[in-house]
Amino acid sequence: MSETLTTEDTLRDQDDKKVIQPFLRLSGLEPLVVRPETNFLNIGERTNVTGSKKFARLIREGLYEEALSVARQQVENGAQILDVNMDDALLDGEVAMTTFLNLLASEPDISRIPVMIDSSKFSIIEAGLKCLQGKCIVNSISLKEGEEKFIEHAMICKSFGAAVVVMAFDEQGQADTEEKKVSFCHRAYKILTEKVGYDPQDIIFDPNIFAIATGIEEHNNYAVDFINATRRIKQLMPLTSISGGVSNISFSFRGNDVVREAMHSAFLYHAIKEGMNMGIVNAGMLQIYDEIEPTLRELCDDAILNRREDATERLINYAETVKAKGKVIEKDETWRLGTVQARLSHALVNGITDYIEADTEEARQLYPRPLDVIEGPLMDGMNIVGDLFGSGKMFLPQVVKSARVMKKSVAVLTPFIEEEKLRLVEQNGGKVKAAGKILLATVKGDVHDIGKNIVGVVLGCNGYDIIDMGVMVPADKILQTARLENVDIIGLSGLITPSLDEMVHVAREMKRQNFNVPLLIGGATTSRTHTAVKIAPEYEHGVVHVLDASRSVTVTGSLLNKALKKNFLGEVTTEYDKLNESFKNKKSTKQFLSIADARKNKAITDWTGFVPVKPKELGVQVFHAYDLAEIAQYIDWQPFFISWELHGKFPQILTDEIVGVEATRLYNDAKDMLKRIIEEKWLTANAVIGLFPASRTADDTITVESPKGGKVNLESIRQQVKKAPGQPNYSLADFIAPAESGIQDYMGGFAVTTGNDIEIWLERFKQDHDDYSSIMLKALADRLVEAFAELMHERVRKEWWGYATEEHLSKEDLIKEEYLGIRPAPGYPACPEHTEKYKLFDMLDATENTGISLTESLAMMPASSVSGWYFANPAAKYFGIGKIEKDQVIDYAERKGWTVEEAEKWLRPVLEYDM
Amino acid sequence: MKSLSQCAAERILIIDGAMGTMIQRYKLEEEDYRGERFKNHHSDVKGNNDLLCLTQPQIIEDIHKEYLEAGADIIETNTFSSTTIAMADYDMQHLAFEMNVAAARIAKKAAAEYTLKNPDKPRFVAGAIGPMNKTLSLSPDVNNPGFRSVYFDEVVAAYYDQIKGLHEGGVDVLLIETIFDTLNSKAAIYAIKKYFRDINQPELPVMISGTITDASGRTLSGQTLEAFYISVMHIKPFSVGLNCALGGAQMRPHIEELSQIAACNVSCYPNAGLPNAFGEYDETPDETAHIIEDFAKEGFVNIVGGCCGTTPDHIRHIAEHVKSLKPRPLPVLATELV
Repeated sequence: MSETLTTEDTLRDQDDKKVIQPFLRLSGLEPLVVRPETNFLNIGERTNVTGSKKFARLIREGLYEEALSVARQQVENGAQILDVNMDDALLDGEVAMTTFLNLLASEPDISRIPVMIDSSKFSIIEAGLKCLQGKCIVNSISLKEGEEKFIEHAMICKSFGAAVVVMAFDEQGQADTEEKKVSFCHRAYKILTEKVGYDPQDIIFDPNIFAIATGIEEHNNYAVDFINATRRIKQLMPLTSISGGVSNISFSFRGNDVVREAMHSAFLYHAIKEGMNMGIVNAGMLQIYDEIEPTLRELCDDAILNRREDATERLINYAETVKAKGKVIEKDETWRLGTVQARLSHALVNGITDYIEADTEEARQLYPRPLDVIEGPLMDGMNIVGDLFGSGKMFLPQVVKSARVMKKSVAVLTPFIEEEKLRLVEQNGGKVKAAGKILLATVKGDVHDIGKNIVGVVLGCNGYDIIDMGVMVPADKILQTARLENVDIIGLSGLITPSLDEMVHVAREMKRQNFNVPLLIGGATTSRTHTAVKIAPEYEHGVVHVLDASRSVTVTGSLLNKALKKNFLGEVTTEYDKLNESFKNKKSTKQFLSIADARKNKAITDWTGFVPVKPKELGVQVFHAYDLAEIAQYIDWQPFFISWELHGKFPQILTDEIVGVEATRLYNDAKDMLKRIIEEKWLTANAVIGLFPASRTADDTITVESPKGGKVNLESIRQQVKKAPGQPNYSLADFIAPAESGIQDYMGGFAVTTGNDIEIWLERFKQDHDDYSSIMLKALADRLVEAFAELMHERVRKEWWGYATEEHLSKEDLIKEEYLGIRPAPGYPACPEHTEKYKLFDMLDATENTGISLTESLAMMPASSVSGWYFANPAAKYFGIGKIEKDQVIDYAERKGWTVEEAEKWLRPVLEYDM
Repeated sequence: MKSLSQCAAERILIIDGAMGTMIQRYKLEEEDYRGERFKNHHSDVKGNNDLLCLTQPQIIEDIHKEYLEAGADIIETNTFSSTTIAMADYDMQHLAFEMNVAAARIAKKAAAEYTLKNPDKPRFVAGAIGPMNKTLSLSPDVNNPGFRSVYFDEVVAAYYDQIKGLHEGGVDVLLIETIFDTLNSKAAIYAIKKYFRDINQPELPVMISGTITDASGRTLSGQTLEAFYISVMHIKPFSVGLNCALGGAQMRPHIEELSQIAACNVSCYPNAGLPNAFGEYDETPDETAHIIEDFAKEGFVNIVGGCCGTTPDHIRHIAEHVKSLKPRPLPVLATELV
């Protein structure tokens, strides 16, 4: 309503405003918000009488119960939207649609996702709209019958609040070329937004997917047309979505599912890259692009991208050879001869998933209750794993693999256990209580979760029920779920510094809401001291810092054991009290300078004779899909092993007496995956760098000439602790020549990411209960992005800025930071205040250029991203700010145009004083 | 005179409290409900509170005035059940339209009187549109989950008639409240859009108020709060909020969530706590006000008041407690991806 808009624009405080993003929002019983990073939505296609013979028969015969199970299967297979189509000449479509949707409403496990009402008859669509409480999608309307009908139908859809799929049709027919697809869609867009008043984000285009490789030459470019049109539509109308019926593409290969699936995956791979973000697919029958047999994959790509004349012929020839598939690798299979218990145990300890489903089923039939399988052979196996892990004979990567086996096995048993539970509840009216429930979440504003996932896996292995709420979870959601699920422990994780405050907030909320379960704190920036000083005092029912995943087991065990809990918490409290006290005492021993005095002790005082090197390429440069193979050469492997909790120097760790074997195995697995990441382009490496004229215009202020025009002031912070004589009080501003010296100096900025496509893979691994691959991929993406930052920095030094053209450093030297100049990142020790990142991102248009966005806590999404400043001065070095005093905070607040409270909020980790 | 949105931008607005609770105090009997006009009606009408707009207009007007006196900026018409479908229980469906017109006029008269007294604090009338006694998403027959006791078009027709009555009676805003089945509210929205298209006038502002029925945090028809909000967003409401079923304390996390996601104003008018063993509400005015004050301090709300069990005294305390607190700032609706 326009009325509310005007008042909100005029009468509210600018800084306080929340921004509601123009995302497509849909709902069933639960919301579905289509964010840019959502990547691709599967629309289930089997509840379609034109596409599924089985479903058509069930509906015709009135077997709606069974028809519902088709829908349920779609949801279970990962459909995020359910397409329902009742267009059959033998059916009363309106009645069938109404009956089916009404029945669907009483099945919460299905109706939790939004429905797509699919019909070429508008009366059927209207019948469907009258049955759905959620915000659904209408599929479809078009200009086929002219503008007037189009507007009339759109008006009705809008009155129900539905999003609409618009087919690329006009009065003359379907759009087949790229040009027509784009212009038809644009025409429809203008009518919908200007005449009907549709929100752009509620518009979904279907630019028509047609069959390729049909033998007719004109069809050969259909996929290319679709893919190109998709890109242009997204450029022209960025808020809209692109959808399509994917199976059309392979129509000429009916009956050959191997080729069809491969074609679908390959087509989606290319179309998704250009902005297709939903599609009607059989969610259960999609292959991973990289798992398509390479020859077939290349043939599919040839045909889809229309890149050789004989593509169709070659694909047909190949199709004829495909009957059964699968390569056999010789393995030691003697363990298969043992009892089922022995086989399960072997599979768990060795992380083998090949037979787990069949073995589990066999065991299930052997034991009276499905739960016995878990409590018997599976737990026995996991106990062996736990013992081996505990005694240091097995390492985290193996444990994660074991967990994968466990999860797959439990997945087989779960339906039977649920069934039994229901029976028990019915019989006794009682409840079945699990061993212990643990809630895990990465706090609001933070997206890092490798560590949390590892903790989840390890605790899961130890028999706890894990509720993993994922990343960016607000306090109220955490506590609401904790209460709803009656959890025994809450565990919080976070990596960036603002997350520390969010953890304090959660602790406060727990107190306010009278919680009494223990709170665990973990994650890279957390520490025992921070927990003791800042979090523990906020909540009296136990706050424990957990250093790593292996500790989490003993901590949890102690907390959930009534006999141990009191003692354990007592010890922790005593320890934290001591820490707290020594922290407070320690503080007073350091001496601090006033900010004015600290400024007199700058790093560089004499600028005479200094001649900065002028960058060869001033301005901004953008790199899309940078060669991953080149990046991989810059990987620093040591942190990779640390993320798997294997500590030691690389490469010595590979031959380490204790962890060597496992480290080598992990390294090999990592290299295998890295090879696939590179060859099959799992990830996209994007970067933006910029080099600009700069000068220091105040003690701690650098003024740069923004590439977008105008000047931007970068505010830095200065070390304030009293130094030994001759030691400067560093500030980043020291490394830029002051304006009054008359010297023209320069600096730069960068943002790089390798995380853009990661979600789709993580989702695949998740569906496959494969935490090992999931964690591996995240860890590798993190390594790659660091390597990417290293590579770009080198090229900046040698080529684009060119102040070190003669540099010849080995990889080890790079890791030791022996290069000239630095690349500090906002939020890290030299410039700990995160919000400067906004200026960096703005000057570089980093979000647009790389796909990295910033959360409200200034974390970068995707998580595998790095950004920072470039300084070239030979005297520039990495340093930590340490703690600062209130006089500098007040000064900083003034420079930023903040209140002192705001400045304290963002500087909290470096404040010397208590607020 | 300032518009409703202008007022909402300046301060937290107060909506009135329970009508039913106040009517109970009059201890009316069958004959009071019937009045002169319906003394020969063929079925009992005691309990048909909406009928009082026709038979005891003075009582309704007096109750409105008590709330206005207590500080309410917005008063609700006594039309919670004034639809052809709900009135069928008393075989009074033919009176639904007339009830709406009468109710709107009574409330308007009372509000105008108070606006005149103090033009700096204009008073507004919200046409109350209740959930109906029949629902579109739920089957009343457990053995036949596909069955529905009412159809979408019937519900639209009933709401259309109510909306027309309220509009002709002169309400300032329409309030679809106590929504426990989102599809019913979507029918009301559909009717609003249709009615204003038919008479070719701009739509009145619409307030949306859903009901979270229990600790599951969902509506009776099973939606989560965010799913519910997304389902009704297309009316581009003046406000979205929660009322009924829960007391303020139980509503807190839901109101907090709503304050995070809502693109418009957020309203909250809870019951006076949860009912005791006798079905009575015994949260004191001071207690209710204390809870609501906390919401206001947290910046969760723009419009506050009370539902079942609340009285003018509750409203007075609430108004007093939030008087000096700022309303929740409205978010910016981005038109491109940020």
